[in-house]
Amino acid sequence: MREIVSLLNVFCLLSLLAVGGGSAVLPEMEHEAVTVHQWVSADDFATIYSLGQMAPGPNMSMVGLIGFKAANHAGMSTGWALAAMVIVLLAFYLPSSFLTYAASHVWDAFRDNPWRDAVQKGMAPVTIGLMLAGVHAVGKTASYNPGHSLHFNMITCGIGLLVTAILFARHINPALLILAGGAAGWFFLRMN
Amino acid sequence: MNKPTAAEIFAAFFRIGVTSFGGGLVAYLRDALVAEKNWMTEDEFLAALEIGQTLPGLNSVNVAIIAGRKLAGPAGAVAAASGLVIPGAVILVILGLLYVRFRNNPDVAAALAGIAAAAVGLLFQVTLKIGAKQFLNLLDLAFVLLTFVLVGLCHVSLPVALFLIAPFAIILHRPRKGASK
Repeated sequence: MREIVSLLNVFCLLSLLAVGGGSAVLPEMEHEAVTVHQWVSADDFATIYSLGQMAPGPNMSMVGLIGFKAANHAGMSTGWALAAMVIVLLAFYLPSSFLTYAASHVWDAFRDNPWRDAVQKGMAPVTIGLMLAGVHAVGKTASYNPGHSLHFNMITCGIGLLVTAILFARHINPALLILAGGAAGWFFLRMN
Repeated sequence: MNKPTAAEIFAAFFRIGVTSFGGGLVAYLRDALVAEKNWMTEDEFLAALEIGQTLPGLNSVNVAIIAGRKLAGPAGAVAAASGLVIPGAVILVILGLLYVRFRNNPDVAAALAGIAAAAVGLLFQVTLKIGAKQFLNLLDLAFVLLTFVLVGLCHVSLPVALFLIAPFAIILHRPRKGASK
């Protein structure tokens, strides 16, 4: 029960802090889920994040799996774990949605307010900084992990940088590239 | 423009929720709402996106809330957001259960390592792409790096970091008298 309350607290707060989109709270989420509350291991977090990239709909729905694993970890039954998943999804989506719902009522008066532009322009680099921190939060486990061999890290960094380069050069559905990354990982990391 | 029912809204967003593999949800939403269903004009959609991007939360879910509300009030907002989120969440439950079941299989572990590595590359590319303007502007770059160091490396808690940085970031872009709009 205490776990459920902590999950609610953390994900409701993250919902309201997600400035400029869901990726902005990735570093904070990783820190809370892995280091502070130890709901999931660093490896689990990186995997859960990447599973989110493969499912349709909003990628950040992967937060539900953190709730699932947290409940599992606390020794709850599968039924309770599924309930924890739903609770985390609601905690992550409802607060920001209520805010947006309320704000869209008064938006027309607010839309031409010059401060809206200031907020958007001023917060843009903050969002980018947070996303970069998100790359590091997942990358320190999935790409450049001191616990893995140099060979392993060269392959994971190589896969990541190749995906980055391909996406700049070609318009390809990212989900397909993620699957290709899985095939490459199996081929190169399993062969030794 | 005909007003759809909550059920029609749910069905339209559910279809996006099932088919939108690989992200880029805002483009899917625009195609469905503006081009296909004719439920919003281009301008209305862009206005909704502006709100969705300024307020906290996922841009796609925020746009769904605003569009749903506009089309059918509170029921429409609930229908739109739940239609968008539920299919992916169900698929994630299945992926999650498979992960728990097979994570110790070495073939699966190697494939998952590759998948996670590719996901990092994807997030890196998205960050570079939408941040291109900020990376090339020295003042903005300073805020990018400050935020990265505080939150990413020093683990300053996000509310504290935002409270410290946001006022300066916003004040520096404050509206100026006589500035052209």
